[in-house]
This record gives sequence, structure tokens and C-alpha cells, in this order.
Amino acid sequence: MVSPVLRRVSERAQLLLEIADDELILGWRDSEWTGIAPFLEEDVAFSSIAQNEIGHARALYELAARDLGTTADELAFDRSPEEYRCSALVELRLPEWERTIARHVLYEQADAERLERLKTSGDEELAGLAAKIDREEIYHRLHAEMWAERLKDEPRYEGALGELRPLVDRRNSGSAELTELWEEMTSVRRSQPAGTKW
Amino acid sequence: MVTEAEVWEALAEVPDPEIPVISVVDLGVVRGVRVDGERVHVEFTPTFLGCPALEVMRSQMAERIAELGAEPEVEVVLDDSWSTDKITAEGREKLREAGLAPPTPRGEGTTLVQLQANGFRCPYCGSRDTALENIFGPTPCRSLRYCRSCKQPFEQFKTI
Repeated sequence: MVSPVLRRVSERAQLLLEIADDELILGWRDSEWTGIAPFLEEDVAFSSIAQNEIGHARALYELAARDLGTTADELAFDRSPEEYRCSALVELRLPEWERTIARHVLYEQADAERLERLKTSGDEELAGLAAKIDREEIYHRLHAEMWAERLKDEPRYEGALGELRPLVDRRNSGSAELTELWEEMTSVRRSQPAGTKW
Repeated sequence: MVTEAEVWEALAEVPDPEIPVISVVDLGVVRGVRVDGERVHVEFTPTFLGCPALEVMRSQMAERIAELGAEPEVEVVLDDSWSTDKITAEGREKLREAGLAPPTPRGEGTTLVQLQANGFRCPYCGSRDTALENIFGPTPCRSLRYCRSCKQPFEQFKTI
């Protein structure tokens, strides 16, 4: 079922939602390392990256919400799982470190290319926000780069890259993992009557 | 009716909630102030988009303006117009005094090699013999470094 807010979606809003969904779901996945990363520095790193990705999602949803006459929260949390436009890459729960790093490296590469294109877009508002996001992503990329260097030639890491690469350009694979994450992510909001002020 | 100067003065008293030694004006996030009768319009440029302090800064600015007897309108500008280069000289000094190394200028670059190099000055002893411990720190805007000279770990404001 398509939520009422999404009946009329412009191409621009569609693109904003695609990126926002990527950043929200990835942020959620990254936060799963909080407290259990292999060492403390990585706890801090993944928690900080998660927080920042969710901040990006929020800004993108806000722009989309203005176009669609709704709110960022409604776009982030009141759609059904099949309406999310995120990459299949971010849907997965990856409790193995080498697979998490492989996803991080693949995502940052794809995201950098996307932001580079948007920065030169004729849509000034979109280009401006992309430029801002890109500045912050520099630090995520440095982190990914550092780990790619450490793990290169490790068979488990190389295997994970090969396994995950085909998922980058797939949008919402309808996986059970995405539905599970959605259940968790929206449970508090769904527990309250519609129209509750947060 | 309030004047623009009075609004700027009032905003200079609004602290960054996470680094209270500096104000939102020191931080350079107030891009413009416009007084329009009873209404005061402020253009606010967020620092890091993931910064949890943004909402607090925004509501504190609105409160301060309301205290002046005006109707506040704080507009969040989502573009690349804020940079750590906008932090005032005074703001940078306050950061250093609080043990937080101010950001390096954008022009000096932010590659991994540059961050791992010895160019960053310890806010405690001034030595440049410092090492990158972690790109990430307690908030999105900070990295962790260690001074090999005075053996003091410190936080470095990230350049963006």
C-alpha cells in the first residue's frame, strides 16, 4: 500500500528519498556496532558515522518533505517497508567486521560519485546540500580508506567485496532484514496514536 | 523595535551547547540577521548535519530574540556556506583555552596523509609533535589526537 503522502512524487523528491533512505538505513546499521565493535576507537567511529548519516537523512527528508507537503518524520517513519528506496547494500545486518568494512568501502565510493554529480546539478538547493554533505563525508571516506588499506589482500575481506558489490545498484530487494529493521526503527512511533507530537 | 545590533549582541550570548566556551556568533553559524518590524529573521547555517546540538542552538536563539520582545524566525540554511574557516579569531582562542585544538584552514587539506602528519598543534604545550588517534571523537565535529611532547591526549576540531 502506498502511503497517502507519496501519491504524488516528483522526480526530485524521488531522488531525495532514495539518498535519504540510504543514509537513514545505513546509519541505523552502523549504530549496531555501538558497544560491540572490535575495539573502542571503532565503537566511537561507527557511532559517530551513524549519527552523521542520520543527520544527512534528516536534511534530505526535510527538503523532500517541503516538496511533498509533509514532514521529515512522516517520510522517515510512516512509510511501509516496501516504499523505501534504499540500496540493497544497506538493508543487510552485517555482524561480521570484514563484511561491514566491505560495505562501508563500497557505499562511500558510490556515495562520493553520487554527491559529485549532484554538486554540479542545476538545482541549486540540491547542489548546495550535496556540497555540505560531501564535506562531512570526507571523514567517512578517510575512515573507509584506512580500513581498505589495512584489510586489502585479506581473503575474507576480498570475498565480502565480491559478495556485496552487486547489491550497490539494487534498490529495495524486499528482504526480511529490511522489514525487521523497519519494525525496530518505527516501533516507538507506531506505539503512539497517529498525530502525536514528538 | 529592536535593532540588528541588539540581536547580534543577544546571539553572542547563546553558547554552543556542546562547547559552551564559545557562542553561536563565535562559531560563525549566524549568517544573517534581518529586522522586519516586530519580526526578526535569522539565517542559521548548521555545523555538522549530524550534530545533536543544532536543535538546541536553534531554539535558544529563538528564545533570546523573544526575550528582546520580538518575534523570532530562525531559518536553517542547508547549503555549504558554513565552514570551520568561519569560526572567529576570538572563537578559535576560546577553543584553544578549553583544550580543544581549533580547526586548520580548509586550504591546508584533509587527506589521511595530512591528518596523520605532524602539522597539528597541541592546545596545551604548543608542540607540533602530535599524532592522530582517531578520526572520530565524542561529537561529529571532533577528532582525537595525542601530544607526544606533553603526553596529553586532546580533541581536534575537524576542518570542514
